[in-house]
Amino acid sequence: MADYKWPEAEKRTHLGKSISRIDGADKVSGRAKYTYDINRPGMLYGKVVRSKYARAKIVSIDTSAAEKMAGVKAVHVIIEPGSEIRWAGEEIVAVAAVDEPTAEDAARAIKIKYEKLAHNVIDTDPKAVGDNARPPSEQTVGDADKAFKEAEVTVEGFYGLTSITHCCLESHGSITEWEGDKNLLVHISTQAVSQIAGQLAGPLETPAGNIRVKQDHIGGGFGSKFGPDRWDITGARLSKKAGGKPVKIMLERDAELMVAGMRPPAYARVKLGAMKDGRVVAWESESWSSGGLGGGGSPPIPYVFVVPNQKRKHTAIATNVGSARAWRAPAHPQACLITMGALEDLAAKLNMDPYDLFLKNIDLTGARADVYREEMKIAADLIGWKAKWHPRGDKNAGPVKRGLGLSIHTWGGGGHASDCDITIQPDGSVEVKMGTQDLGVGTRTALRIVAADTFAIPLDSVNVLIGDNRYPASGGSGGSTTIGGISASTRRGSLDALDALFAKVAPSLGAQPADLEAFQGTIRVKSDPSKSVTWKQACAKIGATPITVRGKNPGPGTLTSSGVGGVQMADVSVDVETGIVKINKIVAVQDCGLVVNKKLAESQCYGALIMGVAYSLYEEKVMDVKTGRMLNPNMEFYKLAGIADIGELVVHMMTGKGYDERGVIGLGEPPVVSPGAVISNAVANAIGVRVPTLPLTPDRVLEALEKKGGTNNASI
Amino acid sequence: MSDDEKVKEKGSGLSRRTFLKASGISLSVPLVMGHRVVKVAGAPVKVFGPGKVPVSLLINGKKYQATVEPRVTLLEALRHELDLTGAKRVCDRGTCGACTVIVDGKLVYSCSMLAIEGEGKAITTVEGLMQGDRLHPLQQAFIDNDAQQCGFCTPGFVVACKAFLDKNPNPTAEEINKGLGGNLCRCGTYVGVRAAVAQAAKGRRGGRRNG
Repeated sequence: MADYKWPEAEKRTHLGKSISRIDGADKVSGRAKYTYDINRPGMLYGKVVRSKYARAKIVSIDTSAAEKMAGVKAVHVIIEPGSEIRWAGEEIVAVAAVDEPTAEDAARAIKIKYEKLAHNVIDTDPKAVGDNARPPSEQTVGDADKAFKEAEVTVEGFYGLTSITHCCLESHGSITEWEGDKNLLVHISTQAVSQIAGQLAGPLETPAGNIRVKQDHIGGGFGSKFGPDRWDITGARLSKKAGGKPVKIMLERDAELMVAGMRPPAYARVKLGAMKDGRVVAWESESWSSGGLGGGGSPPIPYVFVVPNQKRKHTAIATNVGSARAWRAPAHPQACLITMGALEDLAAKLNMDPYDLFLKNIDLTGARADVYREEMKIAADLIGWKAKWHPRGDKNAGPVKRGLGLSIHTWGGGGHASDCDITIQPDGSVEVKMGTQDLGVGTRTALRIVAADTFAIPLDSVNVLIGDNRYPASGGSGGSTTIGGISASTRRGSLDALDALFAKVAPSLGAQPADLEAFQGTIRVKSDPSKSVTWKQACAKIGATPITVRGKNPGPGTLTSSGVGGVQMADVSVDVETGIVKINKIVAVQDCGLVVNKKLAESQCYGALIMGVAYSLYEEKVMDVKTGRMLNPNMEFYKLAGIADIGELVVHMMTGKGYDERGVIGLGEPPVVSPGAVISNAVANAIGVRVPTLPLTPDRVLEALEKKGGTNNASI
Repeated sequence: MSDDEKVKEKGSGLSRRTFLKASGISLSVPLVMGHRVVKVAGAPVKVFGPGKVPVSLLINGKKYQATVEPRVTLLEALRHELDLTGAKRVCDRGTCGACTVIVDGKLVYSCSMLAIEGEGKAITTVEGLMQGDRLHPLQQAFIDNDAQQCGFCTPGFVVACKAFLDKNPNPTAEEINKGLGGNLCRCGTYVGVRAAVAQAAKGRRGGRRNG
């Protein structure tokens, strides 16, 4: 049996190098086909009529005019009269027509009568929402009351993050078509190729085995595309009514922002108790959150630093807003801002450098304290912390104030369950087949790297086939679990396939299979490297039937594990006259165990920092209290960061001894956790006052300055 | 009488109202007909529709014919009628740049231009940047610098960068930031895009032909 471990550094041919993504040429040329790009023969266009009210009873639905329109092939009522609408944008009726303009006309021709009901979209204040605020839950650790009495200093602060959306550039949607009555073909934009059929089977009363799911490329998910969603099921129903014709429903941009994504808000009042030397001894918090009708759980506070004495109270608020979905590192960016903000405020009160305060308490982080120590040192060097840091409030004259902030974060990221088939063909080509998906993180490329590295053959000898539920099932891409799962199963399968090849080749080399190794395009005898055959010659011994081996995760050996640490530091400028915050530089130092592809790992971190700048400074799902509708369901007022907004970004991956032996660990979530905290802390350091709520828009910055005594006092 | 009522079917001598009455066709039924010419303030103006009209488009040096309603955008015509799906529909209202194409040498958000407006103009989409199987050096620079993640904004970005470099072959970092502000990325690939543009610009300075 193979020894299931990753190769030592000196034996790696591709693993850990900087390798360009294998589908890069398809993406830059427009050849890459996303679900949105699939045009099927005879395809109909589906449009969904959505509720304009946040809460209402449907009195009647009149589809007669739409049904009579030329070109309309199917109409389906999703929510029957008498039922209640729960949020603005909820799906009520759908139509399918021969082209998009006709479908739009038909959707407009549908008449719905509503009886309006009271709604709530306020998530910022539990006292303002009556029964929509659930009874709070309370938790204690140690003896907080006693610890606060003994504390030499206490500091109180308020920290919040508004609700934001996922804003995937490729909106949610699918093309569904019946092949005969029994079989359904689904092209869908999804983070879970292998999980969709099972979820469609129930509502469509069709065996999962009859449902084929395909996806070559996905234009962003970020946690919002584990579906299928109601519109996908509706598409299948429309297709059935239209005699099986393909029905394409891709959400319009407004629907995408209203109903297909939401990161829950979080707000917290925090009191910290500490000793004069900076040691934190007590935590007290009162927090609230929402996530739609289900309310919202507490973020994991205090975050990373396990304060020995805690008293926490959390209130969930129910809102008539499209439900929350997992947004990259669910609950962590919220917990991170609340905790790191409070720690930075404590440092300011103690007149301590927060770098020293964090180090003073670093053992509270537990097992990864040494990793954080090492990462903090590297990050500080990269941003010039010691030279640039100043006590809170930039004392320089002029309206532009500069400041530094820091934060640390964690995530799990152990590999999910994953199966794959590894095939070695007699001609020497290799295939990896897996029912996984590439969210743009480089999954395809990682599979090729792992297989090619194991076989010690060139990258382009390995053909990677993913994005089809007829391939061996692999987990959904969430929680940074993909890279660990898919690399581990591919490594195990490739090692087993290599063993099978060794068995075929050994007799011709006059050696035992166990004495063979793959080395630079050859199979050779370990004890006598002069005895070797080329990879192609070796594969010719396979015979007519290729070797196919199932690789699995979980399985033997430490190929993946869980738990990473990261440190970030930011350098910002704030104009205290305009309230505009500018990013000068952000440094991210991140560990993720063994790095499979350095280039794409760095891309993940850059991307996370940029998303972080966007949610720290620009993004906000603005709900109108009176109408219950989202006011900015578009991309001119729901703002993302542009290329000029991000400053200089520096990424440092922790690799080598102490990291590699932990196996491959996910990276999608961790680097997106800290940006809110580092930027907020840097702004506080620059202007001398905490701007409590993200995004740090000019109005919020000016309001915070005003409360402190006006912009002219900014440096005091 | 309104201008509309004075409209003459091109060459037919029938007023529009008479034509519709005679043919018994209601306005909501799509039908194919050419444009008509109306005089507005003394100047001739082309009027298309309300049904489908033929449109002829010159895209990447190749002529395409399609039949679309006048309200159909160039982006929709490219994607739905011609299966040229490189340009993406994202914001659909001229903010994000994912649908960027080049029309007569100028960058255009194809979601914000009607298909019928594209007639008689030279349109370049991302599909037109490759020469056979050979990538444009700028496309290669996008790959080398990993200026893409999910890749949905990438075609628009590539086209925008191409036009930017055509206009400004030797940009400073500040000019890159300013010149490419019309395209948005959600995954966060701007660091790669900056590097890709710098590499492609350097390639040009090195004297290599860059398309």
